[in-house]
Amino acid sequence: MRWIRETGPVVGAITLALGVGAIVTALTGYSVPQVFRHLAVGAFGDWYRLAQTLTQATPIIFTSLSFLIAFRAGLFNIGAEGQLYMGAFFAAWAGFSFQLPPVLHPIVCLLFGAAAGAVWGFIPGWLRAKRGANEFVTTMMLSYVAINFTSWLVAPGGPFHGTAWANQTVRIATSAQFPRLLRGAQLSWGLIVGVLVAFLVWYLLFRTPRGYELRAVGQNPLAAEYGGINVTRNMILALTLAGALAGMGGAAETLGTHRRFIELFSPGYGWDGIAGGLIARAHPLGAILAAVMMGALRAGGQAVDRAGVAPADLAAVIQGLVILFVVAPELIRYFRRLVRRKKLGDIEL
Amino acid sequence: MPAEAVRMEGIVKRFPGVVANAGIDFSLHWGEVHGLLGENGAGKTVLMSILYGLYQPNQGRIFFRGKETKIRSPHVAIQLGIGMVHQHFMLVPRLTVLENMAVGWEPRIGPLLDRRAMRRRIESLISDYGLEVDPDARVEELSVGEQQRVEILKALYRGAEVLILDEPTAVLVEQEVEALFSTVRALKEQGKAVVFITHKLHEALEICDRITVLRRGKNVGTLPASEATEERLAEMMVGREVVFTVTPEPVSSQGQVLLSVEGLQARDDRGVPAVRGVSFEVYDHEILGIAGVQGNGQKELVEAIAGLRQPTGGRVRVGERELTGQSPSKLAAQGLVHIPEDRHLRGLILTFSVEENAVLGRHRQPRFAVGPWAQRRRAIRIYAQELVERFSVSVPSLSAPVRTLSGGNQQRLILARELSRDPQVIVAVQPTRGLDVGGMEFVWEQFLEARRNGAGILLVSMDLDEVMMLADRIAVMYQGEIVAVVRRGEATKRELGLLMLRGKGAVD
Repeated sequence: MRWIRETGPVVGAITLALGVGAIVTALTGYSVPQVFRHLAVGAFGDWYRLAQTLTQATPIIFTSLSFLIAFRAGLFNIGAEGQLYMGAFFAAWAGFSFQLPPVLHPIVCLLFGAAAGAVWGFIPGWLRAKRGANEFVTTMMLSYVAINFTSWLVAPGGPFHGTAWANQTVRIATSAQFPRLLRGAQLSWGLIVGVLVAFLVWYLLFRTPRGYELRAVGQNPLAAEYGGINVTRNMILALTLAGALAGMGGAAETLGTHRRFIELFSPGYGWDGIAGGLIARAHPLGAILAAVMMGALRAGGQAVDRAGVAPADLAAVIQGLVILFVVAPELIRYFRRLVRRKKLGDIEL
Repeated sequence: MPAEAVRMEGIVKRFPGVVANAGIDFSLHWGEVHGLLGENGAGKTVLMSILYGLYQPNQGRIFFRGKETKIRSPHVAIQLGIGMVHQHFMLVPRLTVLENMAVGWEPRIGPLLDRRAMRRRIESLISDYGLEVDPDARVEELSVGEQQRVEILKALYRGAEVLILDEPTAVLVEQEVEALFSTVRALKEQGKAVVFITHKLHEALEICDRITVLRRGKNVGTLPASEATEERLAEMMVGREVVFTVTPEPVSSQGQVLLSVEGLQARDDRGVPAVRGVSFEVYDHEILGIAGVQGNGQKELVEAIAGLRQPTGGRVRVGERELTGQSPSKLAAQGLVHIPEDRHLRGLILTFSVEENAVLGRHRQPRFAVGPWAQRRRAIRIYAQELVERFSVSVPSLSAPVRTLSGGNQQRLILARELSRDPQVIVAVQPTRGLDVGGMEFVWEQFLEARRNGAGILLVSMDLDEVMMLADRIAVMYQGEIVAVVRRGEATKRELGLLMLRGKGAVD
């Protein structure tokens, strides 16, 4: 019952957004049935297309988890994109530098990716906790540092420039690769790892004293402090974990999809995580569904474009509408709560 | 029959899950002070917020000066001549008194504020109603009592003929209460109608002409103050006979110091010294009361003791151990618990469930957790159930967010959580603030029980009646210092009030 109450409004908002998307499509002179058919078929039409959708959903699961774990602790991690890049590169590095047995090798790579992302989350966390620097700004700025840093690493003249025809590393060892799940598709074990990690994050948040403390700090830092919880340490921990999760997302991309690090490989998965985390209403299991939806919109949008029915921009508009409709009420509620807390905590009944 | 200013008929107001007003009739005459009495959650503030246009009733009608009127917003209410002074003031601290009056209601000469006209009008209001306050002082420099006067002035300046005062005495000391009462009497003589919301019975009896008692959203009865007694009103409020004072039985201290504070210093949030060398001891079987007007460093003192604010000097010892500036969990481990002043801000996490709040502070103990990576959920649930039963906290369910509990039950939950740790030292701040008679009695009984069992209690309260009733010794805090310590019964309320208002210079 509670589940229906929680998901009902989200489903409603998505439906509404698709309706408005249809109106926009009609007003701009494209065929509504055609666009929506291609959108649906492109995302779910056959096994191959479904795999494509899930492939794009995989990194978004990780970045959504990254956003929401920080959000639960009352922090905004806007820098998942950069943490994703750090994770992707260092996973690749561990993939082509080490010689390890098959099952162990991807795990080590995943951990390297998580660690690299964690460092990229720890820095803003530490700055926030010790120096009061707004994590909104620092995570975003560091994001650009990471993107440019990894680009330089694989650029001509950079230390890991691996192939002549593109700015990328060499291929990772076969032993490090995630096995593919469907012949001919890029979908890999990364998806399964993502789902497992989502359950782990759920367990962490709702079933452990650590998660209890993180959420307490997010809901009421003063009460948390009163309850003997170290607020600054939990802030650092939350952003470090957020970085680690995004880093693992990058690692999954490297190990499963590209099998190497390619500069600027992400079409904005890190940013999608912000929307994904909010659409999921900061629930780790909801993040799986939210990510699949975002992946479907991406894959469907590409199909619409390829079929020449409408430009990909139109699909992006529909995508944007969905995000806006689902996220806006949440954000409005959030800001209203902030204002109300300041103004009128006190009209008693 | 005196002329009727306001008549409210069959007012119903529902909020999600609560019926705040369940068909209330209420009438107010010109030239009367009408007391509105009731427990917390009885619907007093909601009823008056409806009259002031803050809420729209689901059912019912309002007549103003005999005509049915819809009051859609406070703006409409103000234009009709209805003013309300809220419990928490709505003033701009950085502006002067005069400027605060002007907000939204500026008399103008062209585009400019006509300060001269405003000043004349305000000065005449000040002298008519004895609302002593400097029109050019900044609001942030004023005492709470003065700020309240500014709120009343503001309402009068806007032409209020009906004035609603929502628990006006909650924040005042004895002398200020007397001044407020004389203002209220002056208002009445001018033929204005005043609604006086309170849950202090003796005040209602002293100042009001008629008293209406609300219980659970219903009007239990309206009677002339001359026919009412405290016992009768209390019975109407809670629907049963209550003993609403408690008497601490004499217990002799063993002379063991449980909490010792030596030369403690602390700064407030702006970095200004707020606690300036405070020393005292709390013994076993003892309640030490700290009386003082709000804002004299009590908040900072308590936070410095309870590990929520780093002291800038001095020492805190619990039993034999020095624990200056230690974290709340370390202090709790040594037997010091803290009942914080603000339930919502400190004591509870409103969005967390009853269970989760029941273990706040103990969530890491082996009883409730296996290391940092697993909770003992069964144990937590059983423990929460136990607390709820033992302290009769009424909750919809253990997994309901504590936000859904009434104020009294929230406080019970906090007490349950802290007192069941069998503390040696209890530091409590305003533990009965906003509670109804039944809730207060419960809290007091709990403290006396703890005292009987040998605990030392530091009770910080702005309610002098409470301190005088419970405390074995009373320390008066004024401008960050303890200016006097008296034994129970050694000083009158008036003397204590003077010390609270003026410090050491008071007694001469």
